[in-house]
Amino acid sequence: MAKITLSKLRHSYLSTPKSDSDYALQEIDLDWNDGGAYALLGPSGCGKSTLLNIISGLLVPSEGKILFDGQDVTALPPDQRNIAQVFQFPVIYDTMTVYDNLAFPLRNRGRDEATVRQRVMAIAEMLEVTDMLDQKAAGLSPDNKQKISMGRGLVREDVNVVMFDEPLTVIDPHLKWKLRSKLKELHQRVKATMIYVTHDQTEALTFAEQVVVMQLGEVVQIGTPVELFERPAHTFVGHFIGSPGMNILPCTLQHGAAVFAGQAIPLEGPIQGEAGGQSEIGIRPEFVSLADHGVPATVTKVSDVGRHTVVQCEAGGCRINAVTEGGTPAKGSSVHLAFRQDMTRLYVDSWIATAPAADKQGAA
Amino acid sequence: MKTENQKAWFFVLPVLLLVAFNALIPMMTVVNYSVQETFGDNVFFWQGLDWFQQILRSDRFHAALGRQFLFTFLILIIEVPLGIAIALSMPRSGFWVPVCLVLMALPMLIPWNVVGAMWNIFTLPDIGLLGYFLNHVLGINYDMTQDPIAAWVTIVTMDVWHWTSLVVLLAYAGLVSIPDAYYQAAKIDGASNWAVFRFIQLPKMKTVLTIAILLRFMDSFNIYTEPFVLTGGGPGNSTTLLSIDLVKIALGQFDLGPAAAMSLIYFAITLLVSWLFYTLMTKDDLN
Repeated sequence: MAKITLSKLRHSYLSTPKSDSDYALQEIDLDWNDGGAYALLGPSGCGKSTLLNIISGLLVPSEGKILFDGQDVTALPPDQRNIAQVFQFPVIYDTMTVYDNLAFPLRNRGRDEATVRQRVMAIAEMLEVTDMLDQKAAGLSPDNKQKISMGRGLVREDVNVVMFDEPLTVIDPHLKWKLRSKLKELHQRVKATMIYVTHDQTEALTFAEQVVVMQLGEVVQIGTPVELFERPAHTFVGHFIGSPGMNILPCTLQHGAAVFAGQAIPLEGPIQGEAGGQSEIGIRPEFVSLADHGVPATVTKVSDVGRHTVVQCEAGGCRINAVTEGGTPAKGSSVHLAFRQDMTRLYVDSWIATAPAADKQGAA
Repeated sequence: MKTENQKAWFFVLPVLLLVAFNALIPMMTVVNYSVQETFGDNVFFWQGLDWFQQILRSDRFHAALGRQFLFTFLILIIEVPLGIAIALSMPRSGFWVPVCLVLMALPMLIPWNVVGAMWNIFTLPDIGLLGYFLNHVLGINYDMTQDPIAAWVTIVTMDVWHWTSLVVLLAYAGLVSIPDAYYQAAKIDGASNWAVFRFIQLPKMKTVLTIAILLRFMDSFNIYTEPFVLTGGGPGNSTTLLSIDLVKIALGQFDLGPAAAMSLIYFAITLLVSWLFYTLMTKDDLN
């Protein structure tokens, strides 16, 4: 187990990258604490798998260093880093039994059979696969195969970090949930650092204590699930996380106040920095309510999603979603929308530009 | 009561006719010959299973069958490992992939009798490139028209040259279908190159290799044209394989009855070995 430090890491698949856009991974400085559960969240092609392969040693970064507990491992091959990786498609050795699959990494490292047996039995019990140990691994169902490939990582007692590269992609929906809670349980039992790569926000937010959100090869925010939800640092995080995502409304700034659709919108706190670029108001649908006064809007669609209703409105040429409970207006009716002030953020050039109100900051 | 429409049978008719004319009728003709004696003029005398007995007890048949098995065994034992080794060392991506594939495919595009003629000239002791080199540069006495060992070395080498590519291409197809994740997982698991071959590459190639071995077995067991053009079965009878012997009996001596019985035995052996091999190789997959 180890603390993982990424220092000034950058990677390009080209041999001579010229501009920033040639880099699949923009410069990253990051610390992952020993024993933490982390998620790397982002859409396909955002560089999260590249980052994962750099940590595991399958890829050597163009620039920067990776440290495990302060020790530089940038040049070490994967088998010497003591890491485990679970891939999107379960990798199992077809011709071997489940037992031999689990024993494989230990036998490759020359452990004696008694140690191997003891470790394999312990891991098999943890994964609840003890009754399949004598079976050929080829005949297992996808979720069990994925468990075995996970087990091959966990079987080594000296494992620094376990990495999951979208491990639930090929798993049936009803088993996804089961396997996910198994993962969480395993993390609590083995206390290894775990990094979980996914494009599915539910998976990331339920698994991780800290989520790293990536877009276009760049880390846009690192935070707890609550932080990502409540204060997205970037509009991308706002609309990528949440269902529906954050409402992003273009606005103008007049005398330090945001104006949208001819109405001054009260923000959570003072605007910070140079307000020179393109400004947008960000408010989550959960904090938009139908009121007697506020921004006038027309209801364009009402969808009942079970526990609550998503009311889609149009105001000032923009679409605004509001999540409501109870009575809903009819389609086409005119309503007023109220924004909860302490949840209304301002973004300048996509990055957050408001600070929380002074009294709230003091309380926190 | 439901009326049954029998018109669907018409759809099966073309296939039935095709199979009848290219397989069943010729086959039955052979069966017909194998149990009778004829002296021409379409006059036949019933012979029962005499021809089969005669063939099965004949030393000549045993010798040809032995040579046939030896030939097939030799080419399989060389071509399969060699084919796998070449496939493993071929690039998986990049500019050289199509170059390698075309080079590999070339020998297979050459007609069989041309291959025989090429190797015949190639190995002539006084004017052939290889024959001259061996005899006059290296000083090795090499003449396949005189020496059975030289004849065997030549036909085996020729077959290896002609058909190893088939194993290479099939094995290569199996190799490129292995996802990268397997190699990455193996690296992380600390597997040696041998373990990667033994536990990832070989199992993933198993299906295509089964097909490759089956094809090579059937083709080499029934081989005729190349050795016929190259050695004509000689020197003596040393390279007279089953098919060459069969043609000698049927068309040389015009013993149609024994030749027909021999064809059927020959066919049965090919079928039996192929079936046994395929059943053994795919036994695990069924469970």
